Amino acid sequence: MDLKLRVWRQRDATEKGKMVTYEVTDISPDMSFLEMLDVLNEQLILDGQEPVAFDHDCREGICGSCGVMINGRAHGNGLHDSHPQTATCQLHMRSFKDGETIDIEPWRATAFPIIKDLAVDRSALDRIIQSGGYISAPTGTAPEAHSILVAKKDSDAAFDAATCIGCGACVAACPNASSMLFTSAKVVHLGLMPQGQPERNDRVINMIHQQDLEGFGGCTNIGECSASCPKGISMENISRLNHDLLGALRAGARPKS
Amino acid sequence: MALELFTLGDPIADTSAPRDVPIGERWSERRFRAKLVNPANRRKLTVIVVGTGLAGGSAAATLGEAGYKVKSFWYQDSPRRAHSVAAQGGINAAKNYRNDGDSVHRLFYDTVKGGDFRAREDNVHRLAEVSVNIIDQCVAQGVPFAREYGGLLDNRSFGGTQVSRTFYARGQTGQQLLYGAYQALERQMAAGTVEQFARTEMLDLIVVDGRARGIVARNLITGEISTHFADAVVLATGGYSNVFYLSTNAKGSNATAIWRAHKRGALFANPCYTQIHPTCIPVHGEYQSKLTLMSESLRNDGRVWVPKERGDTRDPRDIPEEERDYYLERIYPAFGNLVPRDIASRQAKNVCDEGRGVGPEGKGVYLDFAEAMQRLGRPAIEAKYGNLFDMYAQITGEDPYEVPMRIYPAVHYTMGGLWVDYDLQSNIPGLFVIGEANFSDHGANRLGASALMQGLADGYFVLPNTISHYLSSGPFDKVDPQHPAAVEALEGVRAQTERLLSINGNRTTASFHRELGRLMFDLCGMERSEESLRKALDRIPEIRQEFWTNVKVPGELGRFNQSLEHAGRVADFIELAELMCVDALHRNESCGGHFRAESQTPEGEALRDDENYAYVAAWEWTPEGAPPVLHKEDLEFEYVHLAQRSYK
Repeated sequence: MDLKLRVWRQRDATEKGKMVTYEVTDISPDMSFLEMLDVLNEQLILDGQEPVAFDHDCREGICGSCGVMINGRAHGNGLHDSHPQTATCQLHMRSFKDGETIDIEPWRATAFPIIKDLAVDRSALDRIIQSGGYISAPTGTAPEAHSILVAKKDSDAAFDAATCIGCGACVAACPNASSMLFTSAKVVHLGLMPQGQPERNDRVINMIHQQDLEGFGGCTNIGECSASCPKGISMENISRLNHDLLGALRAGARPKS
Repeated sequence: MALELFTLGDPIADTSAPRDVPIGERWSERRFRAKLVNPANRRKLTVIVVGTGLAGGSAAATLGEAGYKVKSFWYQDSPRRAHSVAAQGGINAAKNYRNDGDSVHRLFYDTVKGGDFRAREDNVHRLAEVSVNIIDQCVAQGVPFAREYGGLLDNRSFGGTQVSRTFYARGQTGQQLLYGAYQALERQMAAGTVEQFARTEMLDLIVVDGRARGIVARNLITGEISTHFADAVVLATGGYSNVFYLSTNAKGSNATAIWRAHKRGALFANPCYTQIHPTCIPVHGEYQSKLTLMSESLRNDGRVWVPKERGDTRDPRDIPEEERDYYLERIYPAFGNLVPRDIASRQAKNVCDEGRGVGPEGKGVYLDFAEAMQRLGRPAIEAKYGNLFDMYAQITGEDPYEVPMRIYPAVHYTMGGLWVDYDLQSNIPGLFVIGEANFSDHGANRLGASALMQGLADGYFVLPNTISHYLSSGPFDKVDPQHPAAVEALEGVRAQTERLLSINGNRTTASFHRELGRLMFDLCGMERSEESLRKALDRIPEIRQEFWTNVKVPGELGRFNQSLEHAGRVADFIELAELMCVDALHRNESCGGHFRAESQTPEGEALRDDENYAYVAAWEWTPEGAPPVLHKEDLEFEYVHLAQRSYK
């Protein structure tokens, strides 16, 4: 198939960007979206132009590196009802029609400054984890694994939250650029495990505080985050986070200065 | 033959393992004999850790907790992206929770045997010992392993073992274990013990007075090339499957850190040992950028077949039973579709070479669930394999509940890597190598669910205990950025990068990478022969020559430039490919993932030659034009007796 691509080009964080139109021909429906961008890039290189920068790595939907807005949808999720929610690397060209025009843009959020073209800086998400998204268990201090019992339903629910790949689609899809779904996934994963109880109050307070510091917006329960999430992380996590947050405040927890 | 390919150097040996005590006591004895560093002195010692996968992430976090000053480097945007994240199946540990006869000794035995007797017993035994601590550690961190209704951990049997020792978190075990290590690492970053260098790629090792003292690295955003110094350097940069271009590795996975360290004097051990996984989704076009693995648990119920006649292009559902060849069941009646990875892969290649392969270019075999669907019903198949079937359908656009899956082998893991001793220290003092980047534990073939075990064993438990012995003689004299060794390394990197940008030829880096990959898969892949390897060794220098005169790398040095990153990595892959072929050619035996056509039994099975090849081949780099030098480490088997593998 032949396609017209309108791609965001921006040389670096300081320069102004713009949409640039390219044409690609002979695209196979079996190609992944990123393989289609590879074709464009090979073409650009041979034409003596700079290829389009975009983050990607595992190309099997698990590392969370890739992610672009496709026709205004994060990872293209929601463009086609039949297509399961995926990361950009698992979107295939058979989801598009011959002759279609596709807009490709980076994640847009104050907390995700653009590095170049479609690549953005998501280190804010790492700093949210640093602020409390862990259980303090220094190596060597662990008790025998079977001394900690976890009810299967809690363990399964914790796993569902823990599958978040940290791609940032939730932030990009949210009109407020809120990272609430990301933060809640970690708060709930650890909060459901017995091991996570001692730090539960401080964790939620500090992670919320950090996401505010990073410039993410507030959550107004719109739900675009979950609808765009390649792992289908549920909005229920946000409710659980709010529940934990109230509990923590009542217990007198306050963010680290 | 030997003379022109390589020259023979002095033998090497591991001298760190205390062999004067029985194998079960060696690790505890080693820890006892190792010198310690006073907690108050640790903050005066700096350790560079390159890579943040299971090995590097866990090592950096643990060293930070211990109080050392750690500098952590990774090329991705976040430590959570390291390719350990993609491991599906599980992690082995000798807990014997199933009361099925498992023990440290059995895990040790299985791993030595599974590695086809080409691994060092001492290292493997220690791996089996610490496996149990790994599970404890991960549970304490909150890793959501699969559990039983009573709240205890679930186990499964994996990769053909007879005991259930594999712990798992659905099909995303690697992801969950990595996030455990990542969170521990982020905690140390917040605590200030670990300094972070995101999107920074190591491009050379700095060796001062014979010791590893730092690295040269490029900031991938600003393009700045700079030097970083430490008392010890730890490489945890993963494997080199991407030599083959198409592999199940992440696109960015590369050999540059270990290859540049090799060029600085670190020995490269058993480079030809690569693992080719039988159940991957086949290639469907020239543009294909990577291959996707599907868990080999599919072979528990799927039946592998090809048409009996060549060139049979009928719809598989129209091919009657009697015209199908269930070749694994035919050749291996005892193990059938569950033969080990290397055998399943090689037989798939054989039937495809006979012209009986299916799908585009005849590079595929059927994995058919029709019989299992009839026997168990669709709901049972959905419950067991639903996510894998979905993944297959998503990638291929075919419904595996209706049409048999097509599978083909793909490169998945590299057992070879930098040579290390029992302390995981390379032959360069102060250079430690952990995880897939070293050669240490899997011999010529890795068992399923053992890669995660090794990565975490090295990072959490082994390295932090052995590196203290080395660091106890530090802090070493401060190295100045003006030191001639540092200046030379920095200038070398700058010159090479500038050269890549200046060639401005007619071919893209990707086109060279694809050409190299195809050549390696065809000539140094599932089956190797003297003829194929000689052909490869004739061709690779030509590819290298053309690369350095005709590659086109756009963009600038001082900016975010993914083309430049890729070009540097491919330049190193080309050199490494040559060493892999030399190693494969010199090892005139079949063992594990290395199958030499000249060394097989009358029935066509791999034939090991313990008399001549029971050694680790550790290669020393020599400047272009001179053949590499082979140092042999003889392998002794005190506890596991040498035996031929048989699955008939």
